[in-house]
Amino acid sequence: MTTEKMHFEYPVEGGNFSAAGFPSSQVKKTLKQLNVDGNVIKRTVVALYEAEVNIVAHAFKGVIAVDIDTEKIHIRLTDEGPGIPDIKKAMEIGYSTATPEVREMGFGAGMGLSNMKTNADSLVITSEVGKGTIVEIINYFHK
Amino acid sequence: MTVSELVTKLGLNVLSDETGLERQITGGYTSDLLSDVMGHANAGKIWITLQTHKNVMAIASLKELAAVVLVKGYQPEADMLAQSNIEEIPVLGTAEEAFEISGQIYKLLND
Ligand SMILES: Nc1ncnc2c1ncn2[C@@H]1O[C@H](COP(=O)(O)OP(=O)(O)OP(=O)(O)O)[C@@H](O)[C@H]1O
Ligand SMILES: [Mg+2]
Repeated sequence: MTTEKMHFEYPVEGGNFSAAGFPSSQVKKTLKQLNVDGNVIKRTVVALYEAEVNIVAHAFKGVIAVDIDTEKIHIRLTDEGPGIPDIKKAMEIGYSTATPEVREMGFGAGMGLSNMKTNADSLVITSEVGKGTIVEIINYFHK
Repeated sequence: MTVSELVTKLGLNVLSDETGLERQITGGYTSDLLSDVMGHANAGKIWITLQTHKNVMAIASLKELAAVVLVKGYQPEADMLAQSNIEEIPVLGTAEEAFEISGQIYKLLND
Protein backbone atom coordinates (compact mmCIF):
# COMPACT_ATOMS: atom_id res chain seq x y z
CA MET A 1 0.00 0.00 0.00
CA THR A 2 1.30 3.40 -0.94
CA THR A 3 2.08 6.08 1.61
CA GLU A 4 1.57 8.82 -0.94
CA LYS A 5 -1.60 10.45 -2.05
CA MET A 6 -2.52 10.09 -5.69
CA HIS A 7 -4.60 12.38 -7.84
CA PHE A 8 -5.89 11.80 -11.36
CA GLU A 9 -8.20 13.77 -13.62
CA TYR A 10 -10.06 12.65 -16.72
CA PRO A 11 -12.15 14.82 -19.04
CA VAL A 12 -15.50 13.41 -20.21
CA GLU A 13 -17.19 14.42 -23.44
CA GLY A 14 -20.99 14.30 -23.66
CA GLY A 15 -22.24 11.99 -26.40
CA ASN A 16 -18.89 10.25 -26.89
CA PHE A 17 -19.76 6.68 -25.91
CA SER A 18 -16.76 5.11 -27.59
CA ALA A 19 -14.37 6.67 -25.04
CA ALA A 20 -16.47 5.58 -22.05
CA GLY A 21 -14.78 3.19 -19.66
CA PHE A 22 -11.23 4.49 -19.95
CA PRO A 23 -11.16 6.22 -16.52
CA SER A 24 -12.65 3.11 -14.88
CA SER A 25 -10.07 0.81 -16.42
CA GLN A 26 -7.24 3.16 -15.37
CA VAL A 27 -8.56 3.33 -11.82
CA LYS A 28 -8.91 -0.45 -11.79
CA LYS A 29 -5.26 -0.85 -12.82
CA THR A 30 -4.06 1.61 -10.20
CA LEU A 31 -6.05 -0.01 -7.39
CA LYS A 32 -4.75 -3.44 -8.43
CA GLN A 33 -1.18 -2.16 -8.28
CA LEU A 34 -1.90 -0.86 -4.78
CA ASN A 35 -3.16 -4.33 -3.79
CA VAL A 36 -6.57 -3.02 -2.83
CA ASP A 37 -9.12 -5.75 -2.01
CA GLY A 38 -10.66 -7.20 -5.17
CA ASN A 39 -14.21 -6.65 -4.01
CA VAL A 40 -13.54 -2.96 -3.33
CA ILE A 41 -12.04 -2.62 -6.82
CA LYS A 42 -15.09 -4.27 -8.41
CA ARG A 43 -17.50 -2.02 -6.53
CA THR A 44 -15.50 1.08 -7.39
CA VAL A 45 -15.34 0.43 -11.13
CA VAL A 46 -19.08 -0.26 -11.33
CA ALA A 47 -19.92 3.00 -9.53
CA LEU A 48 -17.40 5.00 -11.55
CA TYR A 49 -18.42 3.56 -14.91
CA GLU A 50 -22.11 4.29 -14.29
CA ALA A 51 -21.34 7.83 -13.17
CA GLU A 52 -19.13 8.44 -16.20
CA VAL A 53 -21.70 7.07 -18.64
CA ASN A 54 -24.32 9.32 -17.06
CA ILE A 55 -22.24 12.33 -18.05
CA VAL A 56 -21.81 10.91 -21.57
CA ALA A 57 -25.53 10.11 -21.91
CA HIS A 58 -27.14 13.03 -20.10
CA ALA A 59 -24.71 15.98 -19.87
CA PHE A 60 -22.54 18.09 -22.19
CA LYS A 61 -19.14 17.62 -20.63
CA GLY A 62 -17.48 16.93 -17.34
CA VAL A 63 -14.38 16.14 -15.34
CA ILE A 64 -13.62 13.14 -13.17
CA ALA A 65 -11.26 13.83 -10.27
CA VAL A 66 -9.91 10.78 -8.46
CA ASP A 67 -8.09 10.97 -5.13
CA ILE A 68 -6.56 7.92 -3.56
CA ASP A 69 -4.94 7.75 -0.13
CA THR A 70 -4.11 4.86 2.18
CA GLU A 71 -7.66 4.38 3.39
CA LYS A 72 -10.00 5.31 0.56
CA ILE A 73 -10.73 6.34 -2.99
CA HIS A 74 -12.67 9.54 -3.45
CA ILE A 75 -14.14 10.25 -6.88
CA ARG A 76 -15.80 13.49 -7.82
CA LEU A 77 -17.57 13.83 -11.16
CA THR A 78 -18.51 17.38 -12.05
CA ASP A 79 -20.51 18.04 -15.19
CA GLU A 80 -22.02 20.85 -17.15
CA GLY A 81 -25.43 19.72 -18.24
CA PRO A 82 -29.18 19.86 -17.67
CA GLY A 83 -28.94 18.84 -14.02
CA ILE A 84 -31.36 16.51 -12.25
CA PRO A 85 -34.66 18.16 -11.18
CA ASP A 86 -35.72 15.36 -8.81
CA ILE A 87 -32.81 13.27 -7.55
CA LYS A 88 -35.03 10.95 -5.50
CA LYS A 89 -37.05 10.10 -8.57
CA ALA A 90 -33.92 9.69 -10.69
CA MET A 91 -32.64 7.12 -8.19
CA GLU A 92 -35.67 4.87 -8.81
CA ILE A 93 -34.92 1.77 -10.86
CA GLY A 94 -36.50 2.18 -14.29
CA TYR A 95 -36.62 5.98 -14.34
CA SER A 96 -34.74 7.30 -17.35
CA THR A 97 -34.79 10.28 -19.65
CA ALA A 98 -32.34 8.67 -22.09
CA THR A 99 -32.97 9.38 -25.78
CA PRO A 100 -34.14 6.61 -28.16
CA GLU A 101 -30.62 6.48 -29.69
CA VAL A 102 -29.05 5.93 -26.27
CA ARG A 103 -31.66 3.27 -25.39
CA GLU A 104 -30.96 1.45 -28.62
CA MET A 105 -27.40 0.94 -27.38
CA GLY A 106 -28.76 -0.76 -24.27
CA PHE A 107 -28.31 2.23 -21.99
CA GLY A 108 -31.31 3.94 -20.42
CA ALA A 109 -32.61 1.10 -18.26
CA GLY A 110 -32.71 3.51 -15.35
CA MET A 111 -30.43 1.28 -13.30
CA GLY A 112 -27.19 3.25 -13.23
CA LEU A 113 -27.84 5.34 -10.13
CA SER A 114 -29.09 2.27 -8.30
CA ASN A 115 -25.87 0.44 -9.23
CA MET A 116 -23.89 3.42 -7.96
CA LYS A 117 -25.75 3.38 -4.65
CA THR A 118 -25.16 -0.35 -4.21
CA ASN A 119 -21.48 -0.14 -5.05
CA ALA A 120 -20.43 2.99 -3.14
CA ASP A 121 -19.81 3.27 0.60
CA SER A 122 -20.86 6.88 0.25
CA LEU A 123 -22.73 8.45 -2.67
CA VAL A 124 -23.62 12.13 -2.63
CA ILE A 125 -25.34 13.81 -5.58
CA THR A 126 -25.91 17.52 -5.83
CA SER A 127 -27.43 19.13 -8.87
CA GLU A 128 -28.55 22.45 -10.18
CA VAL A 129 -31.11 22.42 -13.00
CA GLY A 130 -29.76 24.11 -16.11
CA LYS A 131 -26.23 24.09 -14.77
CA GLY A 132 -24.94 20.66 -13.91
CA THR A 133 -24.44 17.83 -11.50
CA ILE A 134 -21.78 16.79 -9.00
CA VAL A 135 -21.51 13.14 -8.02
CA GLU A 136 -19.21 12.13 -5.17
CA ILE A 137 -18.33 8.52 -4.55
CA ILE A 138 -16.20 7.27 -1.66
CA ASN A 139 -15.10 3.68 -1.14
CA TYR A 140 -12.99 2.61 1.84
CA PHE A 141 -10.27 -0.01 1.45
CA HIS A 142 -10.78 -1.54 4.91
CA LYS A 143 -14.16 -1.96 6.47
CA MET B 1 -15.50 -25.26 -18.86
CA THR B 2 -13.26 -23.08 -21.02
CA VAL B 3 -14.53 -20.77 -23.75
CA SER B 4 -12.75 -22.97 -26.26
CA GLU B 5 -14.59 -26.10 -25.06
CA LEU B 6 -17.91 -24.28 -25.29
CA VAL B 7 -17.10 -23.11 -28.82
CA THR B 8 -16.42 -26.70 -29.88
CA LYS B 9 -19.44 -28.23 -28.14
CA LEU B 10 -21.96 -25.70 -29.50
CA GLY B 11 -20.28 -24.92 -32.82
CA LEU B 12 -20.05 -21.21 -32.05
CA ASN B 13 -18.20 -18.87 -34.40
CA VAL B 14 -15.13 -17.13 -33.00
CA LEU B 15 -15.51 -13.61 -34.39
CA SER B 16 -12.52 -12.06 -32.61
CA ASP B 17 -8.87 -13.16 -32.69
CA GLU B 18 -8.22 -16.51 -31.11
CA THR B 19 -7.09 -15.01 -27.79
CA GLY B 20 -8.70 -15.50 -24.40
CA LEU B 21 -10.25 -18.82 -25.44
CA GLU B 22 -8.68 -20.51 -22.41
CA ARG B 23 -10.77 -18.39 -20.03
CA GLN B 24 -12.92 -20.37 -17.58
CA ILE B 25 -16.70 -19.92 -17.75
CA THR B 26 -18.41 -19.93 -14.35
CA GLY B 27 -21.94 -19.15 -15.54
CA GLY B 28 -23.89 -17.01 -17.95
CA TYR B 29 -25.86 -13.79 -18.07
CA THR B 30 -28.38 -12.92 -20.78
CA SER B 31 -29.31 -9.24 -21.15
CA ASP B 32 -29.28 -6.38 -23.63
CA LEU B 33 -29.35 -3.71 -20.91
CA LEU B 34 -25.83 -2.59 -20.10
CA SER B 35 -26.53 -1.34 -16.56
CA ASP B 36 -28.24 -4.62 -15.80
CA VAL B 37 -25.08 -6.49 -16.75
CA MET B 38 -22.93 -3.95 -14.91
CA GLY B 39 -24.97 -4.46 -11.77
CA HIS B 40 -25.57 -8.20 -11.84
CA ALA B 41 -23.11 -10.20 -13.96
CA ASN B 42 -20.16 -11.59 -12.01
CA ALA B 43 -16.60 -12.35 -13.07
CA GLY B 44 -16.23 -15.41 -15.29
CA LYS B 45 -19.71 -15.25 -16.77
CA ILE B 46 -20.43 -15.51 -20.48
CA TRP B 47 -22.64 -12.65 -21.69
CA ILE B 48 -25.35 -13.42 -24.25
CA THR B 49 -26.60 -10.29 -26.04
CA LEU B 50 -27.53 -8.61 -29.31
CA GLN B 51 -25.58 -5.43 -28.51
CA THR B 52 -22.70 -5.05 -30.96
CA HIS B 53 -20.83 -1.88 -29.93
CA LYS B 54 -17.60 -1.12 -28.11
CA ASN B 55 -19.18 -0.41 -24.71
CA VAL B 56 -20.02 -4.10 -24.46
CA MET B 57 -16.28 -4.83 -24.30
CA ALA B 58 -15.66 -2.03 -21.78
CA ILE B 59 -18.21 -3.67 -19.49
CA ALA B 60 -16.96 -7.20 -20.20
CA SER B 61 -13.46 -6.07 -19.27
CA LEU B 62 -14.42 -4.13 -16.12
CA LYS B 63 -16.54 -7.08 -14.93
CA GLU B 64 -13.90 -9.65 -16.03
CA LEU B 65 -16.44 -11.66 -18.02
CA ALA B 66 -15.27 -14.79 -19.84
CA ALA B 67 -16.67 -14.01 -23.30
CA VAL B 68 -19.51 -12.37 -25.20
CA VAL B 69 -21.94 -14.29 -27.43
CA LEU B 70 -23.77 -12.34 -30.13
CA VAL B 71 -27.09 -13.93 -31.03
CA LYS B 72 -29.11 -14.21 -34.27
CA GLY B 73 -26.06 -13.78 -36.47
CA TYR B 74 -25.42 -10.22 -35.30
CA GLN B 75 -21.94 -8.98 -36.24
CA PRO B 76 -19.75 -6.88 -33.94
CA GLU B 77 -18.91 -3.33 -34.98
CA ALA B 78 -15.27 -2.82 -35.90
CA ASP B 79 -14.37 -1.00 -32.68
CA MET B 80 -16.03 -3.70 -30.59
CA LEU B 81 -13.86 -6.31 -32.30
CA ALA B 82 -10.72 -4.23 -31.87
CA GLN B 83 -11.47 -3.78 -28.16
CA SER B 84 -12.18 -7.50 -27.79
CA ASN B 85 -8.72 -8.27 -29.11
CA ILE B 86 -7.07 -5.70 -26.83
CA GLU B 87 -8.88 -7.06 -23.76
CA GLU B 88 -8.41 -10.66 -24.89
CA ILE B 89 -12.07 -11.36 -24.19
CA PRO B 90 -13.47 -13.37 -27.11
CA VAL B 91 -16.55 -12.34 -29.08
CA LEU B 92 -18.45 -15.39 -30.28
CA GLY B 93 -21.35 -15.64 -32.68
CA THR B 94 -24.36 -17.90 -33.16
CA ALA B 95 -27.35 -17.97 -35.50
CA GLU B 96 -29.58 -18.98 -32.56
CA GLU B 97 -31.81 -16.64 -30.57
CA ALA B 98 -30.94 -15.66 -27.00
CA PHE B 99 -33.43 -18.10 -25.44
CA GLU B 100 -32.10 -21.11 -27.32
CA ILE B 101 -28.40 -20.44 -26.90
CA SER B 102 -28.80 -19.51 -23.23
CA GLY B 103 -30.60 -22.79 -22.64
CA GLN B 104 -27.89 -24.78 -24.39
CA ILE B 105 -25.11 -23.05 -22.46
CA TYR B 106 -27.02 -23.48 -19.18
CA LYS B 107 -27.42 -27.19 -19.84
CA LEU B 108 -23.73 -27.68 -20.64
CA LEU B 109 -22.59 -25.77 -17.56
CA ASN B 110 -24.99 -27.53 -15.21
CA ASP B 111 -24.90 -31.14 -16.38
N1 LIG C 1 -25.12 13.59 -14.80
C1 LIG C 1 -26.43 13.68 -15.07
N2 LIG C 1 -26.93 14.82 -15.64
C2 LIG C 1 -28.25 14.93 -15.90
N3 LIG C 1 -29.15 13.97 -15.63
C3 LIG C 1 -28.72 12.83 -15.07
C4 LIG C 1 -27.35 12.63 -14.77
N4 LIG C 1 -27.22 11.42 -14.19
C5 LIG C 1 -28.46 10.89 -14.14
N5 LIG C 1 -29.37 11.73 -14.66
C6 LIG C 1 -30.83 11.53 -14.74
O1 LIG C 1 -31.21 10.45 -13.90
C7 LIG C 1 -31.84 9.42 -14.70
C8 LIG C 1 -31.54 8.07 -14.11
O2 LIG C 1 -30.13 7.79 -14.21
P1 LIG C 1 -29.65 6.27 -14.23
O3 LIG C 1 -28.19 6.24 -14.39
O4 LIG C 1 -30.22 5.56 -13.04
O5 LIG C 1 -30.39 5.65 -15.50
P2 LIG C 1 -30.06 5.94 -17.06
O6 LIG C 1 -28.74 6.59 -17.18
O7 LIG C 1 -31.20 6.64 -17.64
O8 LIG C 1 -30.02 4.46 -17.61
P3 LIG C 1 -28.87 3.36 -17.32
O9 LIG C 1 -27.94 3.96 -16.33
O10 LIG C 1 -29.60 2.18 -16.80
O11 LIG C 1 -28.22 3.10 -18.63
C9 LIG C 1 -31.33 9.67 -16.09
O12 LIG C 1 -32.16 9.10 -17.09
C10 LIG C 1 -31.29 11.19 -16.15
O13 LIG C 1 -32.59 11.71 -16.32
MG1 LIG D 1 -27.08 5.78 -16.19
